Amino acid sequence: MIGLGLLKGLKVTLFNFIRKPVTIQYPNRRVGLFTISAANSTNPFKFFIKQPKTAIKSLLNMATIPVKIPQSSRFRGNEFTWFEDRCTGCASCAKFCPLGIIEIVTQPGGTDGQEGESYAIDVFDIDIGRCMFCGLCVEACPYDALHMGTLFERSGPVRNNLIVTKEELIENQKKPSSWYRPQFEDDSFNPFESEIDNHRQAGRHEKPSDEDMHNDWVNR
Amino acid sequence: MTDFLYENVIFRLIYCNLSGSSDKCVNEYGYVQGIFPAGFEWLAFLLAGFLLAFIFINGILGAVILSIWGERRLYGRFQNRLGPNRWGPWGLFSSVADAIKVMFKEDVVPSDADRLLFNIAPILMVFPVFMIFSVIPMGIGTFVVDLNVGLLFILSVTSMSGLAVVIAAWASGNRIAIFSGLRAVAVLISYEIPMALSLVGVLMFAGTLSLGGIVEQQKIPFILLQPLGFFVFFLASLAEINRTPFDLTEAESELGAGYLNDYSSMKFGIFFLAEFAATIGSSAIITTVFLSGWKGPDILPSQFWFLLKLVIVLIAIVWVRMSWPRLRIDQILELAWKGLFELTLINIVATAILVTIWPNPTMGEIWIMAGINWLVAIPSVIVVGKVLRRKDNKTIQAGRDNEPYPVGTETLAPSLVNKVGEK
Repeated sequence: MIGLGLLKGLKVTLFNFIRKPVTIQYPNRRVGLFTISAANSTNPFKFFIKQPKTAIKSLLNMATIPVKIPQSSRFRGNEFTWFEDRCTGCASCAKFCPLGIIEIVTQPGGTDGQEGESYAIDVFDIDIGRCMFCGLCVEACPYDALHMGTLFERSGPVRNNLIVTKEELIENQKKPSSWYRPQFEDDSFNPFESEIDNHRQAGRHEKPSDEDMHNDWVNR
Repeated sequence: MTDFLYENVIFRLIYCNLSGSSDKCVNEYGYVQGIFPAGFEWLAFLLAGFLLAFIFINGILGAVILSIWGERRLYGRFQNRLGPNRWGPWGLFSSVADAIKVMFKEDVVPSDADRLLFNIAPILMVFPVFMIFSVIPMGIGTFVVDLNVGLLFILSVTSMSGLAVVIAAWASGNRIAIFSGLRAVAVLISYEIPMALSLVGVLMFAGTLSLGGIVEQQKIPFILLQPLGFFVFFLASLAEINRTPFDLTEAESELGAGYLNDYSSMKFGIFFLAEFAATIGSSAIITTVFLSGWKGPDILPSQFWFLLKLVIVLIAIVWVRMSWPRLRIDQILELAWKGLFELTLINIVATAILVTIWPNPTMGEIWIMAGINWLVAIPSVIVVGKVLRRKDNKTIQAGRDNEPYPVGTETLAPSLVNKVGEK
């Protein structure tokens, strides 16, 4: 019958109107009084006495609470995790980088945990402003020294701020992404919350202990 | 005329506070003493008129700002997302920000444009829309003027917007704008006929052209007595205000912004304002004529009931806009001439017979009339729809067989093909 299709169209939009919106408001969302007091784990009256300014704002739907986007633990983000004592300065990552944005300057005379003598690393810069987060540097690293990070909020007005330097890499929290490291997914390790302190946890497979590796090296 | 319904409360308030002593301001305690000395009643009269117009126009502007915000929120909800909610409480200031942005943009007049007409067009567009509101009673005593030919006034004034559109299109000196303007004029002129005829049934029942009188005559809302009239008037007013099923003047994929292509800054803003004010205006007319205007239970003031019905009609218009796709120009004109026109004629005949049988109906007879009108309305809509559909399919087939316009290069003359390649 004519007109039935039109009514069907009206029905579809009406159901959309009734349904809860699918929008995720990032980085914060507008909330009312009840939601914000629940977020502060009090009831609305106590919240009104405690923080009257925020409460009035929330009555006008202008108060905000931060929103975290649900994110895969395999997400390849920009806060690289790097273990200095693990890195030999071989520059495999720099060679494999398709964009050539990793700059490494070394000089002889450094020490390494396993092999004793190694290169001392003067410069280890990653220009993440041009990085495409392919992760080839992480795959290429023969010593499991470099890992992808989990964060992505590093926008700014100056391009130079997007260069991750060696000092920053050392200071960074060690929160590697579980990309290319499947053991993180097995071990209930959450890269967004917990930190690792030992590079051995981040290896790409079960690593032998230092002693075993030394014996292996000697007996070869 | 009964005095208390037709007395303009706001005007009287302003006038009596300004003028010294006048016969019109007598109350039970004697004369009301105003600001001006005696002998300056004419000045008080003039000032009160200006102030009344000032209040109403600013009210409309505020309502437009609010309705833009509300419509955007509703678009969001109909598309299963949130609307604008960042700027101010519930996003209320986002349309204010839009207005400020529009005002501070650069005002460009194209070099090919006809300057005078280009500047006149937005003004011509917005004036009739404001004039609609002057005759609409928004509550007891809340109106600018109660014309005894109110409906005719509205119908004649709104037909000016077609002129404004074609002037805007012509003055832009742009072929896309002219296409859009011609389409708009075709649609506006076609739909004025069913729009006017759909109100005839209402006039027969009400016996007056004054909008206040029509509201007063509605013992039950005329949407129950005049379902066909409401149906036709709703669709025709959607076409008149260029709303979505009929918005081919601004068909984005074909014409860009249509006749608004070359307008920028506040001229564009005025067109935008006129469009939204026309939406509010047409829903105000629908409310007044078909939904018994300001009538409602006495618990709340009459203005509230008017606003409530207005908002419901606005939401219905937005709902239609979010649901239905745009029609082609031939479909739109066929709907007007082959569908709605016949429906209005059926409605007029049915109503005329009913009014002849019951010239002074009691309440029960009114309900019987409503029932008969519904019995006439539903089958006639179905029959007209079926006829329209069959004819429509046939015309499309015929159009494909002998295409009047060259579609591909193979239908072009060989001399033209080379020129196309060069350009």
